[in-house]
Amino acid sequence: MARLAALTGNNAAAEAIRQIKPDVFAAYPITPQTELAEEVAQFVADGILDTEYIPVESEHSSMSVCIGASLAGARAMTATASCGLAYMWELLPTTASLRSPVVMVVVNRAFNAPLNIHCSHDDSMGARDSGWVQLYSENAQEMYDNLIQAVKIAEDETIRLPVMVCMDGFIISHAVERLLLLEDEKVKNFLGEFKPVHSLLEVNNPVTIGACALPDYYTEHKKQHSEALRRSLDKIMEVANEYAKISGRSYSLFESYQLADAEYGIVIVNSAAGVTRTVVDKLRKEGVKAGLLKIRVYRPFPAAQIVQALKNLKVVAVLERTDSFGGVGSPVFTDISAAFMEAQTKEKPLMVNYIYGLGGRDVGLKDIGKVYANLQVINQKGKIEKSFAYLQARE
Amino acid sequence: MSDLIEIRWHSRGGQGAMVAVRTLARAVIKDNKYAQGLPEFGPERMGAPIKAYNRFSTQPFSLYCRIVNPHVVVLLDPSVAKIVDVTEGIYDDSKLLVNVCLPPQEVRERLKLKNGKIYTVDATRIAQETLGRPMPNTPMMGALIKLVPVISLEVLLNEVVGEFIGKCSPGIVEANLAAIKRGFEEVSEE
Amino acid sequence: MRKLQGWKDIPIGTAIIEAGSSVKYLTGEWRNARPEHNKDKCTNCLLCWIYCPDGAIIVEDSQVTGINYDYCKGCGICAAECPPKVKAITMVKNQN
Ligand code: SF4
Ligand code: SF4
Repeated sequence: MARLAALTGNNAAAEAIRQIKPDVFAAYPITPQTELAEEVAQFVADGILDTEYIPVESEHSSMSVCIGASLAGARAMTATASCGLAYMWELLPTTASLRSPVVMVVVNRAFNAPLNIHCSHDDSMGARDSGWVQLYSENAQEMYDNLIQAVKIAEDETIRLPVMVCMDGFIISHAVERLLLLEDEKVKNFLGEFKPVHSLLEVNNPVTIGACALPDYYTEHKKQHSEALRRSLDKIMEVANEYAKISGRSYSLFESYQLADAEYGIVIVNSAAGVTRTVVDKLRKEGVKAGLLKIRVYRPFPAAQIVQALKNLKVVAVLERTDSFGGVGSPVFTDISAAFMEAQTKEKPLMVNYIYGLGGRDVGLKDIGKVYANLQVINQKGKIEKSFAYLQARE
Repeated sequence: MSDLIEIRWHSRGGQGAMVAVRTLARAVIKDNKYAQGLPEFGPERMGAPIKAYNRFSTQPFSLYCRIVNPHVVVLLDPSVAKIVDVTEGIYDDSKLLVNVCLPPQEVRERLKLKNGKIYTVDATRIAQETLGRPMPNTPMMGALIKLVPVISLEVLLNEVVGEFIGKCSPGIVEANLAAIKRGFEEVSEE
Repeated sequence: MRKLQGWKDIPIGTAIIEAGSSVKYLTGEWRNARPEHNKDKCTNCLLCWIYCPDGAIIVEDSQVTGINYDYCKGCGICAAECPPKVKAITMVKNQN
């Protein structure tokens, strides 16, 4: 029987970690991830969780520890946020190209300056090109479910890549909500044992990992990594289907909500999708054909599938909680634009890009309502006057 | 989502609003309903005005935003009303639960409030008498479920016992239960 | 000539799974000076053997018996470390 629980996002992640039973957990506390790091430490101290908890002195070390542990054959996990993720940046592409299946929770928080502890997606979106799989979670339930699936994805023999699982700082990490948990036994059986491809500790088959590769071989290593990440989409869906069988909760590469016949769509990541869904329900009652596309798997980017889901809409707004300063648009906007370019579909929606919710700025029903209203105006005019805007910035 | 109740708490850092919204949410969820306890983190210092939110419903909802139109406003510290518009966005029939030693009518005059319905409870005194500390959040939880009977008093008491067990002495648990019960019983309505 | 492998053929995660594969890498290919060992002068103190970065000094029964030119890269460290009073190793420039 599934267990009904009332947990914060951080509690939910900690609970998943307890059930996943990593051999090694190496983390450095940082707001708003602190409660999570503390709770895992408490599990270990109480003897509930048999994990080597390594209280490192920095995030650079936490990821270094995870790489070493993972290559030695351990299931290794960590969690961080914002500047913590930035501090381990050097190790992110290293983890991925070494094909260490480390799983990390990222509690999304804004980058400085000015100093801010609240939610933006600067951290994980900035790390989008580091070669990790990235999963995004609307709420505590999705964090819990994604985290368990992440381990299975990471450790799959055809993938062997690290996975980042993200949720919104404070909005989700610190709010208590209702969710359903699996039995420990089910999680254990679902994940099985981690078997490294080459373990550094196997004395009978000694291997060298992370040696230098000159220009004659570097490209081949990167191509191999790139292919593994691109190929992982199918496997991520397979894992989702398998997970649906044990949990009754189905996941896809992204959530399509009322998109099939929609004219106006919002593409959004994480918790603000919940507010958007509520607005879609309201608009549908008023006869407005509104829809929502919520990104779950952002890396690898399900380009062809997203094009299919959006191509028949009239106007789409990509709402994003981070800016790609000086770029054409924010990360998801740029990816979707490129996806349409690649697909060369005849049909494509008009598309705008709005930046919202920076540093924890609340995004409510009114804000999202205004976006759908804008989309209808754009449709009436038949053209876009301003394709990029900061939604909530005061003049 | 028709029976969604949205509650906005106003208090100062250190008065336990975060604990209160989380505890209430846990109790409601364990009673097999839907709830959210969403604290708002600001400068994180004692005494700063803060807000916290509760949503209760018998149906699932997916609102991860602040509450701008509350059905209920809980004023854990009435002095916050001098610096924050605590009645912002309320409906004509919204309820205001105030921790104060005054009768509801006087609170109405002081807040110059035309709409809404006012409830008062002297939560700080109850806390002082039961817990020996001026922690108004505990009796306030009892008072709130009197106004918003989404769960029974018993369910709330059970949740508190569950949370405290193994962490506090039986005496402290008893004192907290007494504070909640008195909060529940001593609410005055207009 | 070494045949370069394609991306599908190399082990994943940059792993080199063949132990001691550096044996195949003949560092002697890029030598431009060659150490020559004089057995008669040598006292077998083994300083050259300790210092050679490529393990190219051949020692049998505690005696230096020669130099492995497959791996000797010609750095001259052995010649420099050989005690000045002995000078049992001299570096000889490559012809052409
Ligand atoms: S020249 Fe250098 S590499 Fe060659 S034997 Fe002497 S020390 Fe070793
Ligand atoms: S350092 Fe000179 S003397 Fe000593 S073993 Fe080597 S060649 Fe012989």
